Amino acid sequence: MSDSKPDAAVSAPVVRPSPLSPHLQVWRWHITMLASILTRATGIALYGGLLIVALGALALASGSDAYATYLGLVGSWLGRLVLFGITFSIFYHLAAGIRHLVWDFGKGFEPRTANMSAFFCIGFGLAAAVVVWLLAVMTGGA
Amino acid sequence: MVSTSKQHRTDMARARGLGAAHHGVNHFIVERATSVALVPLCLWAVWAALKIAPSGYDGAVQLLASPINAVLAILLVLVSARHTSVGMRVVIEDYIDVKTTRVALLLLNTGVAGLAAAIAVFSILKVALPGLAGH
Repeated sequence: MSDSKPDAAVSAPVVRPSPLSPHLQVWRWHITMLASILTRATGIALYGGLLIVALGALALASGSDAYATYLGLVGSWLGRLVLFGITFSIFYHLAAGIRHLVWDFGKGFEPRTANMSAFFCIGFGLAAAVVVWLLAVMTGGA
Repeated sequence: MVSTSKQHRTDMARARGLGAAHHGVNHFIVERATSVALVPLCLWAVWAALKIAPSGYDGAVQLLASPINAVLAILLVLVSARHTSVGMRVVIEDYIDVKTTRVALLLLNTGVAGLAAAIAVFSILKVALPGLAGH
């Protein structure tokens, strides 16, 4: 721009609303959409998971009484429900992350492949979470 | 006036802070590099959780007494703090349109992730190095 008007140079910046993706309600539900939403939701859940781990480390460093209180919280009915959700989130997000890394190489975008990988990620997340909790029950950790 | 042939933004747009901050490539690389590192680290974390779940305080202390486990625990916390804060940043930027709220949440995001990492790393070191902590 060679010669903008002086008053244009001092006027407030034009506020342009952020672009929005098509609204959820106009789409028929399909599995790749569910996979996308789950990737973000489990990522947010794992933020909570990081805080739970950090609190556990803090409790452990504070001594056996503090750690026993922590174990009481995460071992409660609600605590175990949250931990099961975190377990699913770890495995689903891990599989979805690998799916994204494959996409970064430009592969796997065909609708059939994308549908199958979405289905696999969700199934893997659920199956791995169930297996881990069965192992926890078997070893006395659940 | 356009500064060089490679830059399509005007100087005024630059002065107002409009347009890209040119941190996108760094964000892209950090997101992916941390995700690759987190594959083995998360599998280790699940293994460690299963191991210490039935064994109480002593079992958890014993796990972190092993240098390998202590180092992996520290890496897990540091890499996940980076990965989650970078990921949460995208979520905030996607959904929060009000500038003040957005900036406040972005600062909170960085602060919470940094605080969680600092607390966890110090705690792990304290448990792993009981001699230094004066036990």
